[in-house]
Amino acid sequence: MDVLKRFSNRFKASLPAYLLLLPSLVFLALFTYGAMGRVLVDALYQRATPKAPVRFVGLDNISAVLADPAFTGAVVNNLVYAVGTAIPSIGLALLFALALARTNAVSSALRAALFLPVLIPMVAASALFMFIFLPNVGLLDYYIGRLLPVLPNWLGDPDVALYAIMIITIWKNAGYYMLFFLAGLQAVPEDVMEAAHLDGAGPYRRLRHIILPELKPTFLFVIVIATLNAVTQVDHVFVMTQGGPSNSTNLVLFYIYQQAVEHYDVGKASAATLLTLAALMGLTALSFRTMANREGGP
Amino acid sequence: MKLFDRLFRDAPLATRGEITPKLGILLTVLLAIVWLIPFLWMIVATLRPASDGINAMAELMPSLKPTLDNVRDAWEIGDFPRYTLNTTFICAGILLVQFVTITLAGFAFARLNFVGKTPIFYLFLMQLMLVPVLLIVPNLSLVAQLGLYDTLTGVMMPFFASAFGTFLMRQAFEAIPTELEDAALIDGASLLQRIRHIYVPLSMPSFSAFAIISVTSHWNDFLWPLMVINSPDKRPLTVGLSVFTKTAEGTQAWGTIAAGTLMVIAPLLVTFLIFQKRFISSFVTSGIK
Repeated sequence: MDVLKRFSNRFKASLPAYLLLLPSLVFLALFTYGAMGRVLVDALYQRATPKAPVRFVGLDNISAVLADPAFTGAVVNNLVYAVGTAIPSIGLALLFALALARTNAVSSALRAALFLPVLIPMVAASALFMFIFLPNVGLLDYYIGRLLPVLPNWLGDPDVALYAIMIITIWKNAGYYMLFFLAGLQAVPEDVMEAAHLDGAGPYRRLRHIILPELKPTFLFVIVIATLNAVTQVDHVFVMTQGGPSNSTNLVLFYIYQQAVEHYDVGKASAATLLTLAALMGLTALSFRTMANREGGP
Repeated sequence: MKLFDRLFRDAPLATRGEITPKLGILLTVLLAIVWLIPFLWMIVATLRPASDGINAMAELMPSLKPTLDNVRDAWEIGDFPRYTLNTTFICAGILLVQFVTITLAGFAFARLNFVGKTPIFYLFLMQLMLVPVLLIVPNLSLVAQLGLYDTLTGVMMPFFASAFGTFLMRQAFEAIPTELEDAALIDGASLLQRIRHIYVPLSMPSFSAFAIISVTSHWNDFLWPLMVINSPDKRPLTVGLSVFTKTAEGTQAWGTIAAGTLMVIAPLLVTFLIFQKRFISSFVTSGIK
């Protein structure tokens, strides 16, 4: 009785907090956790035709997705896309941050210039790059094409198109990641830097032994965001290539969209979503401590 | 070299002679110019008369006979005022609801002790990774079940709770000295009154930082509204622009596309250029929206 009473007292004391959290929890329950539950259930069912009743098919959707060359192709593309956008944009971001770490009028202007692409919608960036990559009359061919013996068809050649798409992502994200490195560089102690160059350490050694170790948490954080972006930021594929030519720019989220909206195959779309979520949960587990620390712990 | 001297004015004396940092700056300047080229082209192409022909379309030198024809065409072909209104409505609606949800939840995490605080904290934290765009398929069916398919409310709903905003407000509220609240407590102020009259007014910088992140990210949302919205007159700017681009691409009207793109991004760019410092510091706190 006593235990029960103590428990109900503690619950009563917690009630105001629950009421304050309720609005947020309702929407989290509906659109995040409920949605995950629905994905799990939907992935187990299938309709023979869009109008037919659903029937339980177990893991059939999962195996159908895994056997679909369009899906495995999209996964491979997405891995190439993730690595090929994360490494150059993070490398450039670090360069920009190191070069612009000192605040003055010139560096503020350069920071703003490099940050502009972050602000604009991916759809607008796509509209601009559609012309940049346009064969023969486009910006790239007009200026650089004269230097090349054979002009690649940037968006039309299955071997090139994914790389063209990657360029847009790098252009759009490098300035964003730069901000985190700029913030991280503030934490590098000035007196240690000074001591290092008094000891005769050149710029490379100061970078290697002082700056980079100090930036380790920033790197971890930016890598997580870059990976998330590689999965979620696919608007340019919709606008520019529709996954083509011959599926060479098909990415996982676009595949999911195609299954759900173009083929009305909710079972397969849910199975693909489930696999993507599982992969991201793995990443979450890896980065959870970093994120929890960043948000100040529970 | 005068410029370099000025840039390194506050660098330690011994490092001013080093070459590598200067090469880094030079490379960054070159890349910053490359980074701006798409914007430069957009402006030049917007002002270029159609009579210059398709072969001069890529020329970055501005035309000597600038015209606003492209802007007029884009204005007439695309329904941009309507799209802008829809996007504004979506962003404002999301933001207003978010302000309420994140203030209440942020306060609970900052100032109250309750059973299950740690698991609930992690429930919020997980949402940072489970970005709504990944859950488009189940959320579309939910929105349809709620009868909100093809409505702007349906576009807004998945974003009403924000873990990022909750954490931001928690941080802001924690920094407010409890003495202020104690004084109000003695005066008999209720919980909601204390939040409304003490915590909220003292946390305006965090609200504005959150507003910047929320509005820019939802101004730019594309995939989700594309799936929820069916009627042309309910399209937000991004969806409208993609449809407009498809149409104009068929006729090779690149000047019109440039003008349309300019109209879509101009509001954000102008606001950014005015409040540059604020934008940048807000984005630093964002990380994951």
